[in-house]
Amino acid sequence: MSATRKIVSDATCTFCGCLCDDIELAVGDRRILKAKRACALGTSWFLNHVVDDRPACHVRGKPATVDEGIEQAAEILAHARYPLIYGLSDTTVEAQRVAVAIGDWVGACVDSTTSVCHGPTGMAMQSVGEVTCTLGEMRNRGDLIIFWGCNPAESHPRHFTRYSLMPRGMFVSGGRKDRTCIVVDVRRTKTAKAADGFIQIKPRCDFEALWALRALARDIALDPRQVEENTGQPLRVWQDLMDRMKSARFGVLCFGMGLTMTRGKHANSEALLALVRDMNRHTRFVCQPNRGHGNVAGADNVLAWRTGFPFAVNFARGYPRFNPGEYTATDVLARGEADAAMIVASDPMANFSQPARDHLKSIPYIVLDPHPTPTARHAAVWFTVAAYGISAGGTAYRMDNVPIRLRPALPSPLPSDEDILRAIESRVRALKSGDEEEPPLR
Amino acid sequence: MATPFVLICGRSARQGRGINEGKFSEAYRSEIGRLRMASDDMARLGWSEGQRVRVTSRFGQVEVELAPAGPDELPSGIVFMAYGDPSSRLMGADTEGSGMPTSKGLDVDLEKL
Repeated sequence: MSATRKIVSDATCTFCGCLCDDIELAVGDRRILKAKRACALGTSWFLNHVVDDRPACHVRGKPATVDEGIEQAAEILAHARYPLIYGLSDTTVEAQRVAVAIGDWVGACVDSTTSVCHGPTGMAMQSVGEVTCTLGEMRNRGDLIIFWGCNPAESHPRHFTRYSLMPRGMFVSGGRKDRTCIVVDVRRTKTAKAADGFIQIKPRCDFEALWALRALARDIALDPRQVEENTGQPLRVWQDLMDRMKSARFGVLCFGMGLTMTRGKHANSEALLALVRDMNRHTRFVCQPNRGHGNVAGADNVLAWRTGFPFAVNFARGYPRFNPGEYTATDVLARGEADAAMIVASDPMANFSQPARDHLKSIPYIVLDPHPTPTARHAAVWFTVAAYGISAGGTAYRMDNVPIRLRPALPSPLPSDEDILRAIESRVRALKSGDEEEPPLR
Repeated sequence: MATPFVLICGRSARQGRGINEGKFSEAYRSEIGRLRMASDDMARLGWSEGQRVRVTSRFGQVEVELAPAGPDELPSGIVFMAYGDPSSRLMGADTEGSGMPTSKGLDVDLEKL
């Protein structure tokens, strides 16, 4: 093992949406040797990146120069009739911004992994709104923490210690003993084991349970038999939860894909957002979608401030249109519509439905990813890029939409996503304008 | 004979670490290729840890290894798989206008191989 060459303090872990920015890294010649304060996921994130001699580009499976790759990528995108740009949640805001610009130039569908994460929540926010807070407010004020359909003990391991359960906050000075934690889920997860109470609901019944709570928040009488039949739990369990919610000083409802990936989807998120809104008749209550990828919140923000919409954006008519189900990546692929794609920091060949994968495999596509993946393996052009937050700097948005500047610790000879995307954008502009010497300003 | 279950797919800590170790690493592939089932269900069916099981949904079919769930983790009739290639093969392409395929609460049939 190489010796420690430097210590980098307050580095940010970009593996999950917590974006823990208090990590101390011991850095050797070609790798990070130790990640102090990182969780198990963060430690494996930092310690599995190595500076090596891999080619920065492959074209049709063979090593190529970056310039060759840029040319090929620009040709693929500029000549496509219905290109798709997808992924974007594990890269910097600066790179996301350029990816959206490329989408604008080539008339692409631009979608992020939000569409298969909290996309339904984004749809619900547009109809209900979102009463929310920062993770700092959760830490300093939250005395009732409810986790619904999420399992931070395994997906965001430091959520408890940094934000939600353990910290001594300004108004919860006793830390854990001043907070009550309830978990609602279909299975008794590791998060449930850390909670004070666990409510096990029937699969595919979140919508019914949330609407039962909405009724109880307004003191509407419910049929106990029907509630139990619909949710798997007796009415008194929900009444007890509602009593706790009403008596909380600052209630927080964190929720995950247990709501968005199951029957009801955006209707589930809508019910939860409306419940939280309703609770503010009684006390202060907020919600927080637990976001998975390190900068998935950044993808939403960048797309929203560039186009007005957070995901599923189509530029085919020269202006942005938004329509989940039509312009979302998995739909565009499964229907066989896209004729080219650029995948930034994502692995749809492992995560999408089989029809979507089959179509992606049949069209030319470009991949930007630090690691070999099933998606990179089949790419026409694969750029091996420097990992963001480790070797590439920039900005990322924490799950509560707080932007955090990254402190890359391990220099890499590989280009960043932003470097590659800027070069592709430049070539695409030239190709689309037909004037390769001096593309017009836009 | 096929036995009906409800499949929940989700994140596991081992799967999360495995992503960093590499999508082609043994640690990752073994985690995503494992189906967790309540011990009571395993006893009822006479199935045991390590056996191969065929999981069939309306949309696809995969073969995975059976593992017992943690104590009280899963109620009877529900099985769990970590997100990954095998679980995605069981999802349908129709997102019902949401952009999100259904990947939790899938009806599946299980058969011991």
